[in-house]
Amino acid sequence: MAEHTIPDILEAPQNRWKFILSELKPKKSIWTIFNMISVPTVAVAAVIIVYRFIFGLAAVSNVTQSVPWGLWKGFNVVTGVAFAGGAYVLTFMVYILGLEKYKPLVRVTVLNGFLAYTFYAFALILDLGKPWNIINPVIGNSFGTSSVLFLVAWHFILYIVAQMIEFSPAVAEWLGSERARKILKRMTVGAVIFGITLSTLHQSGLGALFLMAKGKIHPLWYSEFIPTLFFISSIFAGLSVVIFQGSIIQRVFAYQMEDGSEERQNVMIRGLAKVCAMAMFVYLFLKVVDMVHNHTLGYLTTPMGAWYLLEVVGFVFIPMVMFVRGVRIGTPGLIKLASLLTMIGIVLNRMNISVIAYRWDQLPRYIPSWMEFVVTISILFVQVWIYRWVIHRMPVLRTMESMTQSKNA
Amino acid sequence: MSIDRREFLKTLGVAGGTLTGVSAFGKSKQESNSEEFYAILHDMTLCEGCQGCEYACAEANNNPPPADDDYPDSAIRRELKPDQFTVVNAVETSYGEVYTKQQCMHCAQPACASACLTQAMKKHEEGPITWEEGKCMGCRYCMVSCPFDIPKFEFSSNNPKIGKCQMCFERLKEGDIPACVENCPAEGMFFGKRSEVIKEARRRILDDPDLYVDHIYGEYEAGGTSWLYLSPVPFEELGFKTGLEEKPYPELTKGFLYSVPSIFMLWPALLMGLREATHKDEEEEVENG
Repeated sequence: MAEHTIPDILEAPQNRWKFILSELKPKKSIWTIFNMISVPTVAVAAVIIVYRFIFGLAAVSNVTQSVPWGLWKGFNVVTGVAFAGGAYVLTFMVYILGLEKYKPLVRVTVLNGFLAYTFYAFALILDLGKPWNIINPVIGNSFGTSSVLFLVAWHFILYIVAQMIEFSPAVAEWLGSERARKILKRMTVGAVIFGITLSTLHQSGLGALFLMAKGKIHPLWYSEFIPTLFFISSIFAGLSVVIFQGSIIQRVFAYQMEDGSEERQNVMIRGLAKVCAMAMFVYLFLKVVDMVHNHTLGYLTTPMGAWYLLEVVGFVFIPMVMFVRGVRIGTPGLIKLASLLTMIGIVLNRMNISVIAYRWDQLPRYIPSWMEFVVTISILFVQVWIYRWVIHRMPVLRTMESMTQSKNA
Repeated sequence: MSIDRREFLKTLGVAGGTLTGVSAFGKSKQESNSEEFYAILHDMTLCEGCQGCEYACAEANNNPPPADDDYPDSAIRRELKPDQFTVVNAVETSYGEVYTKQQCMHCAQPACASACLTQAMKKHEEGPITWEEGKCMGCRYCMVSCPFDIPKFEFSSNNPKIGKCQMCFERLKEGDIPACVENCPAEGMFFGKRSEVIKEARRRILDDPDLYVDHIYGEYEAGGTSWLYLSPVPFEELGFKTGLEEKPYPELTKGFLYSVPSIFMLWPALLMGLREATHKDEEEEVENG
């Protein structure tokens, strides 16, 4: 495939399929450490998934009558969506506020968000008892419009479409269709505005899901502010993922990096770190207001209180301070470490609300089975495969011009 | 063939509600009728723990009857199962052994039905909340929302059902009373319109104030339920959920749901405005993008 340059192929549409087929082939050695771990894991997960659909959820999962949502909902869906929040924050900064310097990050983040949402929808389907009925709330023979979950489900679907539109110009460029690119490009701003609105609502909506579980979630985590807290934390969760993935990309896709990209990257993450720190401050402030308002300070001395403090101080307050410090003294390393801690804090928070502090008083406790873990990790692995495949081929990190140049060279 | 105007408007409303999620949030029907729901009083001073209701319930719902060694015993706590819609437990109290009967409470404004995104859980005008298999997608949000932890899910089935008491909805429609009420040899249950049942409960407390605790469980719990209880001992002692909200549970999500249409209208306008303010030349941007 190295013999023809991309514009050549795209002259004749019948060649486009040939081109796509040739692109499906791996470009590098497939014997990497990551593949050696991920391929067998995903294979095992595939067997588990088949097994689950034949024998029911209980055959692979430890969820119980009192804790009906487990790891797949708590981690893959509730936590994952927060992590994918970077896309709406960045598109807001670039397309709405016009902060052009963050533009190089947009495509890769939107790609990440799109894949994340698609795969979390997949995790959700795995978890459903009767997945074939998933069309009911979509086609409209039974709209449960008073349900928060109905809202979240619809926004989920629409947001996947919005992200697809936001990313589509990259696909058009890859296929060399200038006309399609122009049309799709014009839809970007609309998709962005729609996407930000949808994100505001479903990020907070995921929190609102738990509002009716009053009395089931430990008072330190239950709050009328859950929707707001979920929304604010999705800002710093999403941006932390952007910061963190940036440092991985620099290494994994090093061949795509232009000179000076690392310095530009560092300037960008400094800016994002400021946004994170600010959002975290607001988040912590609301947490304190909530505690005072609901008189939950007394619980802090209990074992659950210690667990709560670990989450809020260890993985929100401390990374916030690190972000501020990192910006002040200009050390990207400190900012990257802070983003990692922030991500752990988000996992803790979402897992606490949906699983750990949910029916904290109930024995026996729900502990995910090894099969649940394998499926959870496999979903991430497959996501990484596609992510990698796309970045190697499409103009995500670099422009089409630089891609064709490097090919001709 | 013509479309009924009302039907058309309804469809229109639902279509609009897709995005905002609120148009059909109305609950006025249930609210205005809430006194006219059917209700059942379980008087725990009369219950003898014979399990007659459990057997009748199993038969009426085509469920397996309780096993021979499965009977109320104060040493254990028996739980509802996907195929067991009511369960009697023995509890050792200051009054002696008291028998509690657990099943769906049939809340006047149920959390489960408002949580259900497919309307598989449905509150009927007669009072029962039923579950419809063809609509349910098995998301289990009803279980997360139910303040009484009633719906049970068949985790070990590849085509799982949600199991819970339906207040014998089919029997009610034919003019019969629920199977458990009919088959209680101790006449420990009293069935009627909710207002009558509450009156009867009040009368019993007034007639014998020393026997009963002065509380009708379910009158206000979770905004009022169709199952009501009288007890000789405080309800905490029996393991009943106390400290529940007195307002209906769907109210907890109301604020959020009401904010949705506002955000849906405000955000795009605000974002457009912000964009206009920060971008000078749109055409140029699109070309270079």
